[in-house]
Amino acid sequence: MSPRVVFPNKILPYLLVAPQLAITIVFFYWPASQALRQSMLKEDPFGLRSRFVWFDNFERVLTDPNYLNSVKVTVVFSVSTAFASMALALLLAVMADRVIRAKGFYRTMLIWPYAVAPAIAGMLWLFLFNPSIGSLAIGLRWLGIPWDPLLNGSNAMILVVAAAAWKQISYNFLFFVAGLQAIPKTLIEAAAIDGAGETKRFWTIIFPLLAPTTFFLLVINTTYAFFDTFGIIHAVTGGGPGKATETMVYKVYSDGALNQLLGASAAQSVILMVIVIGLTAVQFRYVERKVHYG
Amino acid sequence: MATVDLKDVRKVYAGNVEAVKGVSIDIADGALCVLVGPSGCGKSTLLRMVAGLETITGGTVSIDGKVVNEIGPAERDIAMVFQNYALYPHMKVYDNMAYGLRNRGTPKDEIDRRVREAAETLELAHLLDRRPRELSGGQRQRVAMGRAIVRKPKVFLFDEPLSNLDAKLRGQMRVEIKNLQRSLGVTSVYVTHDQLEAMTLADTLVVMNAGVVEQAGAPLDIYEKPASTFVASFIGAPPMNMIPAGGDGHPEALAGAQTLGFRPEDARISTPAGEGGLTLAAVVEAVEPVGAESFLYCAAEGQHLVVRVAGRSGANIGDKLTVTTPREKLHWFDKAGRRVSA
Repeated sequence: MSPRVVFPNKILPYLLVAPQLAITIVFFYWPASQALRQSMLKEDPFGLRSRFVWFDNFERVLTDPNYLNSVKVTVVFSVSTAFASMALALLLAVMADRVIRAKGFYRTMLIWPYAVAPAIAGMLWLFLFNPSIGSLAIGLRWLGIPWDPLLNGSNAMILVVAAAAWKQISYNFLFFVAGLQAIPKTLIEAAAIDGAGETKRFWTIIFPLLAPTTFFLLVINTTYAFFDTFGIIHAVTGGGPGKATETMVYKVYSDGALNQLLGASAAQSVILMVIVIGLTAVQFRYVERKVHYG
Repeated sequence: MATVDLKDVRKVYAGNVEAVKGVSIDIADGALCVLVGPSGCGKSTLLRMVAGLETITGGTVSIDGKVVNEIGPAERDIAMVFQNYALYPHMKVYDNMAYGLRNRGTPKDEIDRRVREAAETLELAHLLDRRPRELSGGQRQRVAMGRAIVRKPKVFLFDEPLSNLDAKLRGQMRVEIKNLQRSLGVTSVYVTHDQLEAMTLADTLVVMNAGVVEQAGAPLDIYEKPASTFVASFIGAPPMNMIPAGGDGHPEALAGAQTLGFRPEDARISTPAGEGGLTLAAVVEAVEPVGAESFLYCAAEGQHLVVRVAGRSGANIGDKLTVTTPREKLHWFDKAGRRVSA
């Protein structure tokens, strides 16, 4: 227990947290409560009147095959993105950890992609894999692999996952490098003396000890894939072709902002909010407890 | 069972830093060899070269007569106990001890038998299901020992294994390590900076300084006949008193001797020095009673001296004393700090 510091001033502490509180209220609680209210309203086509309809919007959304499709797309997209970006970042981190000369240079270069804005990352990948002008798409065609993200839903999904994962690799890399550095060198040496080869050392010692980092990144990456990839999807596929890359967040946007289905869009937001709260709670309650060794 | 032979072993790090400058040591089968020296003297580097954790720049390391320079740590058949224990934090005590055996494909029932046997020896049997963080420092130390002994290696390597323990536990573990090593009869190399640990544990004591061996031999031989001023001041606590030779009341210096040394426990107060002994007029600067003995910190001839007296001392600060040492307890060193013998 760290000693408790007691401030004699009764008002000052509240003043100090006030700015943060104000920001949270203005940018989270207020919109969230608006969304909650909106999700139970039904507006007429001209936006002149709205009617309180209880859970009608939710009922409609949850029985809509398009919405269920977006849930499926979101799961596939998030799991793939989180897995791809974390696996690649871990691979790079382990490699970079073994570099002896110019270690800092490698690391810096590997971290740079994080500075690229999502939409720009999306554009980058869009150009690279554009079926008619993309340099990498040409390479794929040359290899005999049919590639057309504009028409083929799976191709489009691979493309957005690649762009989203690529963008996040640097961030994950940074944490994995730090995680690797935190593992005492003597543990690796002890394992080497204990007759574990390099691969075995990785899976039996290093990987389990990275679990806290991996868990943290899992939370961050899932949240990222859920919410922060709108820009990439918007720039690369716009949710298409068909609705092959329309994630839940993207659908909130297309239903609400494009199709003006305010009630349905709000209901979807609320569902998203519940999912995130649930996801985080589950992760922290059941997973985190098992990954800290102290 | 194995011998360990180091022949002119050298280690040069990048940037031409020479950490070990040609060390040769022969360790007999079953012997416990202690490398002792101040930090940065190269003792840990030497141990890590025996373990295979550091490349060897020059010379050879042989285990059981076989040169192991190019052999990895796993194939050298050694076990090491680290200063921070290096227990695998995510594994239970049982798995920590079984890990090395599993990696070598030992049959399951054999692993179980050996781990339980080692746990019995080390009084860890009731802790096998715990994780390292649930153990005290002393228990962790035992697990680290257990991990080493279940493997039944040719050689044990200890890298300052007791320095993270408190003084009382350290003394207790010291005795246990010694007994265990003796009963298992495994050749061991033990690195420490603690001269007390070194003296009490060693069959062969190797005093190192700045990458070279200053002196090697039986601990008491080294204590009685330190080969240099460095060894004289490093082995023994408090360290040996050293004063320039040739002052008033000094016996005639041996040829070439420049420094005269005597141990605090060999000094007498107000007792005639006898033929060829040393007599100094000293002033008490501080008195340190530690119960069974007292240390008198004195000044004489512009030097600071320590004199050990048994039990309580009646001396007070400022008292004038005559400090004497008989001839046979005097040590002589030349200009370079090497021992000069009669």
